[in-house]
Amino acid sequence: MPLTGIEIFKLLPKTNCKECGEPTCLAFAMKLAAGKAELTACPYVSEEARAKLSEAAAPPIMPVAIGVGDRALKVGGETVMFRHEKRFENQPGFALLISDSMDDSEIDSRLERFKLQYERIGLILRPDLIAVKGDSGDKAKFEALASKVKQNSDGGIILMSTNPDILAAGLKVCADRKPLLYAATEESWEQVADLAKANSCPLAVKAPSVEKLAELTTKLADAGVKEMVIDSGSRSLRQAFEDQIIIRSAALAKKFRPLGFPTIVFPCEMTDDPMKEAVIASIFVAKYGSIIVLSDFQGEGLFPLLVERLNIYTDPQRPLATKEGIYEIGEPDENSPVLITSNFSLTYFIVSGEIENSRIPSYLLVKDTEGLSVMTAWAAGKFVSDAIAPFVKKCGIEDMVKHRKLIIPGYAAAESGGLEEDCAPWEILVGPRDGAHIPAYLKSWKP
Amino acid sequence: MAFEIPKTAYSGKIREIKLGSGDKAVTVGGETCYPFYLFEGEMPHLPRIAMEVWDMPPQEWAEAALEPFKGVTDDPASWAKKCVADYGAEMICLQLVSTDPNGLDRGADEAAEVVKKVADAVGVPLIVWGTANHDKDTEVLRKVTEVCQGRNLIIGPVEEGDHKKIGAAAIGYQHTVAASTPIDINLAKQLNILLGNLGVSDELIVMDPTTSCIGYGIEYCYSVMERTRMAGLTQQDEKLQFPLICNISKEAWKTKEVHLADGELNMGDARKRGILLEAMSAMVLILAGGDVIVMRHPEAIKLVREIVAELTAS
Repeated sequence: MPLTGIEIFKLLPKTNCKECGEPTCLAFAMKLAAGKAELTACPYVSEEARAKLSEAAAPPIMPVAIGVGDRALKVGGETVMFRHEKRFENQPGFALLISDSMDDSEIDSRLERFKLQYERIGLILRPDLIAVKGDSGDKAKFEALASKVKQNSDGGIILMSTNPDILAAGLKVCADRKPLLYAATEESWEQVADLAKANSCPLAVKAPSVEKLAELTTKLADAGVKEMVIDSGSRSLRQAFEDQIIIRSAALAKKFRPLGFPTIVFPCEMTDDPMKEAVIASIFVAKYGSIIVLSDFQGEGLFPLLVERLNIYTDPQRPLATKEGIYEIGEPDENSPVLITSNFSLTYFIVSGEIENSRIPSYLLVKDTEGLSVMTAWAAGKFVSDAIAPFVKKCGIEDMVKHRKLIIPGYAAAESGGLEEDCAPWEILVGPRDGAHIPAYLKSWKP
Repeated sequence: MAFEIPKTAYSGKIREIKLGSGDKAVTVGGETCYPFYLFEGEMPHLPRIAMEVWDMPPQEWAEAALEPFKGVTDDPASWAKKCVADYGAEMICLQLVSTDPNGLDRGADEAAEVVKKVADAVGVPLIVWGTANHDKDTEVLRKVTEVCQGRNLIIGPVEEGDHKKIGAAAIGYQHTVAASTPIDINLAKQLNILLGNLGVSDELIVMDPTTSCIGYGIEYCYSVMERTRMAGLTQQDEKLQFPLICNISKEAWKTKEVHLADGELNMGDARKRGILLEAMSAMVLILAGGDVIVMRHPEAIKLVREIVAELTAS
């Protein structure tokens, strides 16, 4: 919770020495509150005030980074309970479990499945982490697996064991990848905390309840551990779900620091049915999981989860946009219909999906409307004749089809007159208003 | 360190609405907290799933969605019976696809006959869904309300453009209306007010916020539903305290991803993919406040039912 200017002022020396560049301490305090000045500009501020101010400025849910480089996963940093209140900040990471008691071929096929990825609106959707689990109790085996995972994947790593010595063995080979250590528990926390500090790794903390978790993170924070990820230990769906809500609201509404950390959840330990596991994971995507550990990845479950994550974490104030251009649907030829629509990604998905449903190969022209839907873009002057005509002329569609018939959305019907003129020799056909009517419309289309 | 579980300050309650008639009638709504926030309040009636039945044999359904209904898709009454007998459906949603003026354009009398047959075949509450064409829905749904007088069907979509005529028929013949608006909380509230002005009792309204599935704009429905629930539960907005109905299955099963073959684009098993896309979309909408979810695949329904049971297990 940021302090107000007056609260900050009370912590300053109140000498009005002007060395910070401001005429008075109060003016400086106001600038600090507004984020327009740095506390270091004051040479006389006390240590105590400095500590208070930096604590107050810290985000209510600590941002934590796992891994290094391009594929580092940043979680936490959330500021709201509901996405419409602002937005959800950092997408949860999906982790694939690999155990050191699995045989080599299973490990290899899992490493292969970790590479599953999908393209959507120009984004690559893919999973983030591999959870290396020490089930065998054998340090050498764990170390070998950690090493193999490191060599065969650039994803983030979670090292999982209840035994600090085994975690240390894993760290020997992959500390440079800044893995998440899972987990510090009531029994082992001191040893594991030392490992985390010595290797500058984020630390997962597991306790049997939310209350015990808060006690443990407090001890760890006192011991100097900063980056933590928390597990309330619940493996029944109801309790795990409620814990997520309680943790998030304690951190945000009560500013309760001991729970102000990203969370880790284990759908893989809540059911043996992979289908059910995927649906449980979908709950934690919406409700506050920061790392979601799955027993395995299969395309049929991973793909909808990745898309759900993209959807829920879309900034409600910034619609997703599709790239302007010509999209070929089916295998269109020089006699195929040509449709045009806006580049609001939802519009694009619906229109392209309906064209696909019609099974009539077509060209879909997507005009950049800054992510606005057809009707909004039309009203804002971004999907009007003046804007559409030059795009149709220049985009290259004229070399791809023999006919000159352009289907415009029903909601842009008012532009048909202007387009007949601006876009000549194209003949303008007014298509349906509702995407659902596109298949029927296309089926009766003739070049 | 002392720790007190933070609680939301609720001031409202979602209305309890009885759907259907007779001993198979179900009650939905009644929540005094956000979905599954059971440490804060109550969900006296769990979300219900209505199984989708079409009034004509589907032409474009993915094989995986058709397979459980082999042999009955040409007869809506047998189809509905199968849903109840084999898959334990607690409600049926009959989609009057054949009445679409851009499709078969079947007439009101014929459509109403089919509705009556289905209603007679199963005792469970029956949702009857038109094609969102105002003129046609007015004609068809009015006839349906008349032919099924007193059965307390749930009639939808009732939109601003046709709410007067359909709403009046629902009042006259004692049915519940599904007030449908295009993903906008203000329009939703306004339609509920208009229906109230028309004389539709608050006991006979459920809200359809318009739904879409994962990958096709579910985030918009999700947030509009959350805001609606928030207004009803924490801001005492009485005109938003109605149960929410989500007609999701037809959205999930028409996506192009569902129609890809096994393994295509690395998307795994086609059948499971369809089931999961439907089940996850339904689950996300339930988390946002969905009270009645229209679903298609028996396995997707089973998954959602089991998970709802686990989320409410004591």
